[in-house]
Amino acid sequence: MDLNLLWYLVPSVVMFCCGVYGFVTRKNMIAILVSLELILNSADLNFAIFNRFLFPGSMEGMVFTLFAIAIAAAETAVAIAIIINIYRAIGSTEVNETNSMKH
Amino acid sequence: MDYSQFGAMLPELIILGIFLLVFLADTFSADGSSKKFLTPFTAVLFLLGTVAIWIVPSCGEAVFGGMYVDNAACKAMKCILNCGVFICMLQAAKWVESDDMKMRKGEFYELLLVTLFGMYLMISARHFLLFIIGLESASLPIAALVAFNKNRYESHEAAVKYILTAVFSSGILLTGLSFVYAFSGGSLYFSDIAAQITTGEMSGLLLCALAFVLAGIGFKLSLVPFHLWTADVYQGAPTSVTAYLSVVSKGAAAFAFFIIFVQVFGQVYSAAWEWMMYAVIIATITVGNLFAMRQKNMKRFMAFSSVSQAGYIMLGSMAANQLGLASMMFYIFVYVVSNLGAFAVITSIENRTGLVSMDDYKGLHKSNPYMAVAMTLAMFSLAGIPPFAGFFSKILIFTSVTGSNSMALYMLVLIALINTIISLYYYLLVVKAMWISADEPKIAAFRSGACERVSLGLCVLGIVFMGLVSCIYQYCVSSVGASFFLALN
Repeated sequence: MDLNLLWYLVPSVVMFCCGVYGFVTRKNMIAILVSLELILNSADLNFAIFNRFLFPGSMEGMVFTLFAIAIAAAETAVAIAIIINIYRAIGSTEVNETNSMKH
Repeated sequence: MDYSQFGAMLPELIILGIFLLVFLADTFSADGSSKKFLTPFTAVLFLLGTVAIWIVPSCGEAVFGGMYVDNAACKAMKCILNCGVFICMLQAAKWVESDDMKMRKGEFYELLLVTLFGMYLMISARHFLLFIIGLESASLPIAALVAFNKNRYESHEAAVKYILTAVFSSGILLTGLSFVYAFSGGSLYFSDIAAQITTGEMSGLLLCALAFVLAGIGFKLSLVPFHLWTADVYQGAPTSVTAYLSVVSKGAAAFAFFIIFVQVFGQVYSAAWEWMMYAVIIATITVGNLFAMRQKNMKRFMAFSSVSQAGYIMLGSMAANQLGLASMMFYIFVYVVSNLGAFAVITSIENRTGLVSMDDYKGLHKSNPYMAVAMTLAMFSLAGIPPFAGFFSKILIFTSVTGSNSMALYMLVLIALINTIISLYYYLLVVKAMWISADEPKIAAFRSGACERVSLGLCVLGIVFMGLVSCIYQYCVSSVGASFFLALN
C-alpha cells in the first residue's frame, strides 16, 4: 500500500479532535493541559507533513514546527506554574472548584 | 549576515533596551531597600523611549528578507500603544507600592515591557513565524501578570482561565495556519500567501482554515463567541493589569488582525471572510451590550463594555481599505484614553477602599467630585456622546464602513448605531449612580497620589480634545496612506 499525504494527515486530525474533545469534557486542569498539548502537536504534525509532501524543496514548515514546539513548551511551563499556585491555594486542580467568579 | 538590518528594528530595540535597564536596576539595587526609585526610573525611561520612537523616522523597508517591516502606520500604532502603557504605569504606581507588591514591582514593569515587545513584533511581522512568536510573547507574560496578586485567590483563578483559553486559541490558530500553509506554495510570508490564495481555488479546506484563523485571533480580541474568558479574567486580575489587558493588548491584536485580514487574505475576502466577520461583529456588539447591562461589578462591567467596543474596532476591518485602518487606529487611540480614564477612577477607588461594585459609587460626586467628573467624561466618551472623543471615533469608523455603498454594510452600521443607543443605557447607569442617587456616599473623600492625578489628567485631556483636534486623525490617515501599499510587500 502506498503511503500518501492523506494517511499521514489522519493521525493528526484524530489528535486534534481528541484534544478538542478533552478540552471540553475534562474536569482536571492537568488533563485539560494534556488535551491542549494534543492540539498543538497536531498542528506541528500538520506543518511537518505538508512540508514533506507538498513542498519538499523548502524547509519553512519544519522550521515553523521547531519554533512551535518551543512555544508550546513555554506555554505549558507557565500554565503548570499557575496550576501549582491554584493547588496551593485550594488543594485541588478540579475545574468545578475554581468557580468563585460568576455572573 | 548583515547586522545593520537590526537598525531598522529601532522601536523593538528601544523597548528591549529599556527592559534590560529596568531589569539590571531591579536586580542590582540593594535587597532591603523598597526600590522607591524604580517607578520614576521606568516611567521616565519609557517616556524618553516613546519620544525617540515617535521622532526617529521609520525606514519603511522590509528587512530580514521581508519578515519584518516598520512603516509609518506601524510606528503610529506603536506610539498609540506606548501612550496606553505609559498611562497604565502611572495608574499602577500606587498599587505597586503596596506591601506585598513592593519587592516585586520590578517584575511587574519587566513583564509589562516584554508583552509590549511581543505586540511590537505582532504589529510589524510580515511572516507568520514572527507573528506567532510576537503573539505568544505578548500573551504569555500577560498570564503571569494576571496571576500577579499572589495573596488573592481570584487572581490565580483568572490566570488559569486566561492561560488555558490562550493556549487553546493559539492551538486553533496554529492548526488554521497549517492548513493555510498547505495552500501557500511553501512560504509563510504574508505577500507570498496573498499571491497564492485567490478566489479561483476556494475550497472547503481553505474556508475551514480561514475560520480557524479567525477563531484563533478572535480569542485574543475577545470577539463573540470567543469572549467567554473575558469577564472572569478581567474581574480576577489586578485592576492595573485589567486596564492594560483591555486596551493595549486589544489594540495590538486588532491592528495585526487587520493586516492579516486585509493584506494576506484580501483576495478571498469577499468570498470567505466578509459574512463571517459580519456575523461576528454583530454578535460581538450586541452580546457585549446585553451582558454589560446586568453587571454590578465595575470590572466585569468594563469587561463586557470592552467586548462590545472590540466589535466597533473591528468595524474598521469591514471597510478593508486605508480609511478603515486609519479610523480603526484613531478609534483604538480614543478607546485607550476613554477606557483608561474609567480605569483610573476604578483603580484609585479600589486601592483606597477595596470597593468595586457599582452600588458603592452612589453619591460619589459628594465625596470625590473630580473623580465623578472624570468617570462621567469617560462614560460619555465610551458611549459616543458629542463633543467628546468617542463620538468622533464612532462617526469616523461608521463613515469608513459606509464608504463602499453596499446595502449590507449600511445595515451593519444601522445595527451598530442601535447598539450605541443601548450602550448609552448602561454607561449612564454608572453616571446615575454617581450623580443622581440620593444615598450618602460609601466612599469617603480621599486625595489621590500625584501619578494617579497625572494619568487621570492625561485621559481627561484626551477625551475632551482628541476629537476636536483633528491633527491626530490626520496623522493616522497620513501615516496609513504613506505605508499602506508598502506594507503589502
